[in-house]
Amino acid sequence: MHVSASLGVWVAALLTLGIFSFLYKDNPAYKLCEHLFVGVSAGYYVVLTYYSVVKPNLLDPLFLGVNGHRDFLLVIPLLLGILLFSRFFPKGDWLSRWSIALILGVYPALRITGFGQGDFVEQIHGTILPLWVANDFGATVGNWILIVGLLTTLIFFFFSKEHKGALGGTARVGVYFLMVSFGASYGYTVMARISLLIGRVMFLLHDWLGVLHL
Amino acid sequence: MSIFSALHRLDRRWIFLTVGLLVVVPLLTGFHIAPVRPSARAKGFYDAVQRVPEGSTVVLAGDYDPGTIAENYPMHLAAVRHLMSRNIKIIAVELYPGGPPLADRVLHIAGEEFHKQERVDYVNLGFKSGNEVVMSQMGSSIPVTFPADRSGVPVNRIPVMKGVENFGQIALLVSISAGYPGTKEWVQQVVSRYHVPMVAGVTAVSAPEYYPYLQAGQLQGLLGGMAGAAEYEVLVGHPALATRGMDAQSLAHIFIAFMILLGNLAALPQRSSTGRK
Repeated sequence: MHVSASLGVWVAALLTLGIFSFLYKDNPAYKLCEHLFVGVSAGYYVVLTYYSVVKPNLLDPLFLGVNGHRDFLLVIPLLLGILLFSRFFPKGDWLSRWSIALILGVYPALRITGFGQGDFVEQIHGTILPLWVANDFGATVGNWILIVGLLTTLIFFFFSKEHKGALGGTARVGVYFLMVSFGASYGYTVMARISLLIGRVMFLLHDWLGVLHL
Repeated sequence: MSIFSALHRLDRRWIFLTVGLLVVVPLLTGFHIAPVRPSARAKGFYDAVQRVPEGSTVVLAGDYDPGTIAENYPMHLAAVRHLMSRNIKIIAVELYPGGPPLADRVLHIAGEEFHKQERVDYVNLGFKSGNEVVMSQMGSSIPVTFPADRSGVPVNRIPVMKGVENFGQIALLVSISAGYPGTKEWVQQVVSRYHVPMVAGVTAVSAPEYYPYLQAGQLQGLLGGMAGAAEYEVLVGHPALATRGMDAQSLAHIFIAFMILLGNLAALPQRSSTGRK
């Protein structure tokens, strides 16, 4: 056993135990850790954003210059950024709408094109599969399951006609496929949560108490 | 009072305590259930790295923070070890504010093991806010998107960045992701537009979301959670944190599966009485 002499490790270990104490019941130690986390995260994010984005991408190229060249076009994003702060002043808060309009114009367009290319087209392409693969029975069965699952699940989400008769039966098969996917997602979620616990336990036993040798 | 009615009144803290013990005891005692066998998904990840020619450059996106260290850190470290063992140059970027120190750590650990020099064999360009905008802009110019590395050194003075303009010079995109922004956005913004081969290591909770990408060939390999990381560690030949945690993971899973079964059995009499009414 070799208990850590590092103050940082002790602080981290006590904060971990403070958060874990919620499993017994809500208590002031948990509240303290929770509030510390929120405060420290916000402060860290502000400082990091300044040094990794505002300074190298805006202030340095505009006011100091990069390779002897100052990019005066950056005045436009600087002004748009400053306009966002007009929301703090009720009389002039409409000015922030120009910046927000730019964000709303660019961001959804970027996401829609990304979704169209990456998900919509490619995923349809991915379902165009042979229903018979020579010398590979497993692949044949897999392709059938995928296509039947896709079609029946799509039919489940078809609401223009009442789910009765053949349509209802097909939609019911789609429900079973959805159930399997929910089960898989739940299983993965359990694995994720246990992994996080293992990570913290490893930290406590190895880094803090020194009783676990990795 | 039957065992099932007693289960209805079971204090959930007993379950927490049991899960805790099932995690702590195997770690302390070295209890071992079964060896880790790599899946086809992990082999796909490994093979994709193996196909990258020596001396090529890859982008390593470490999009996670300390909240998912247990899952993402082992796969991040294993990926860097694998890349460096094959003399592949690494450009690390992060779209999570908490990511840069973790990327620094894995790069320095593996860098020392494989005698690699910072900025010559690898560089950490750090965090940049903007999510998809950053990815899209990197397609136009990586040096414009990241004018300096994490320490403030301009990219034109960094040897590993020499000749790298955009994704045209990138042999592989390795995404270690905890959610948004991460693997999904890299696929949407980069793989479909620039046709860069890509592999991903993701948290278990988000893994099912990426199987369609794997099936469609948009991802060449996928590591899901700690289990995926352990499989990859075995393939790389360097069993480490994830492999060590797998026995605790298996025991906790068995217990939770048992409790789900027991819970459903306990609910059966209640359901049948409701049905009779």
